[in-house]
Amino acid sequence: MGARFTPAVRIGLSIALATGLYGVSFGALAVASGFSVGQTAALSLLMFTGGSQFAFIGVIGAGGTGAAAFGAATLLGIRNAVYGAQINRMLRPRGWLRPLSAQVTIDESVATAAGQDEPAEQRRGFWAAGVGVYLLWNLFTLLGALLGDALGDPRRWGLDGAAVAAFLGLLWPRLRSREPVAIAVACALVTVLALPWVPPGVPILLAAAVAGLWGWFGRGPADEGLEPDVAPGHDAGDAR
Amino acid sequence: MTLWGWVLLASVVAWAIKFCGYLVPVRWMESPRMTRVAGTLTIGLLASLTTMNAVSAGQGMALDARLGALVVAALALLLRLPFLVVVLAGAVAAAVLRLLA
Repeated sequence: MGARFTPAVRIGLSIALATGLYGVSFGALAVASGFSVGQTAALSLLMFTGGSQFAFIGVIGAGGTGAAAFGAATLLGIRNAVYGAQINRMLRPRGWLRPLSAQVTIDESVATAAGQDEPAEQRRGFWAAGVGVYLLWNLFTLLGALLGDALGDPRRWGLDGAAVAAFLGLLWPRLRSREPVAIAVACALVTVLALPWVPPGVPILLAAAVAGLWGWFGRGPADEGLEPDVAPGHDAGDAR
Repeated sequence: MTLWGWVLLASVVAWAIKFCGYLVPVRWMESPRMTRVAGTLTIGLLASLTTMNAVSAGQGMALDARLGALVVAALALLLRLPFLVVVLAGAVAAAVLRLLA
């Protein structure tokens, strides 16, 4: 395996670092919410989808039942099915790779893969981000659970700002014509409008529905949003 | 059911949901129309993820240092800086704004 530092690998690893460090806050918060270190580690190892994990411990921490925590976490995880279909279409994993790639199918790995044009780069981006986040997220979950909040709030280090920048960086190269900009603005608007009214995790599903219907009924070119952008910031479109 | 039971059940279901996506036949996803949907869906999901990470606070919104990170990241992207620099710029912006607040 030529694990070279291609642009997709670099993007995947930068995202893995920004996201993985956040495991500290999950670990610390889970223990503070009444979970044992073992249960906290199990959530990161097995559930491995940040939003659902935070929802799960949030409900329990607020005094909710196990069933309510299960419901919130599951609702938040539904978008991963959409991601799974996209990754399956892009990478077509076979055999034992299928259950493994399902496990690392999360926001970050899918966004990194979808940001690449070449199939080989999509594959490298997906695995670099997926495995990178998995290792760091679990390591830092354990660290957070053991050390509690001695390390302080990761927001103090601007990690939440890093996540915002990373997702914008992945979106940016796609906004080259009027239609993708319109889709992005519409979906951002739907997200903002839905946020106060529906449970966490649902706004992104509504945005996905709007984007999906737009693609289904729209008349634009077939490869909208799939244009090359091997390295965000280096405009691949200039070469055409 | 014990808390351990719910942890394990929710984890199994989380994986099963992910795996469900892999069971959608690739040929359904290959028509020009589905190719287009895959593209618009990518834009929509990324726009929504960016927005959520910038303003969401549980079930609601909070306008804070993350908006500064969003603006600084956009400027860095306009300047065509590399991805890692964009991410670092976002982190530094959020950290500095919090320090000043």
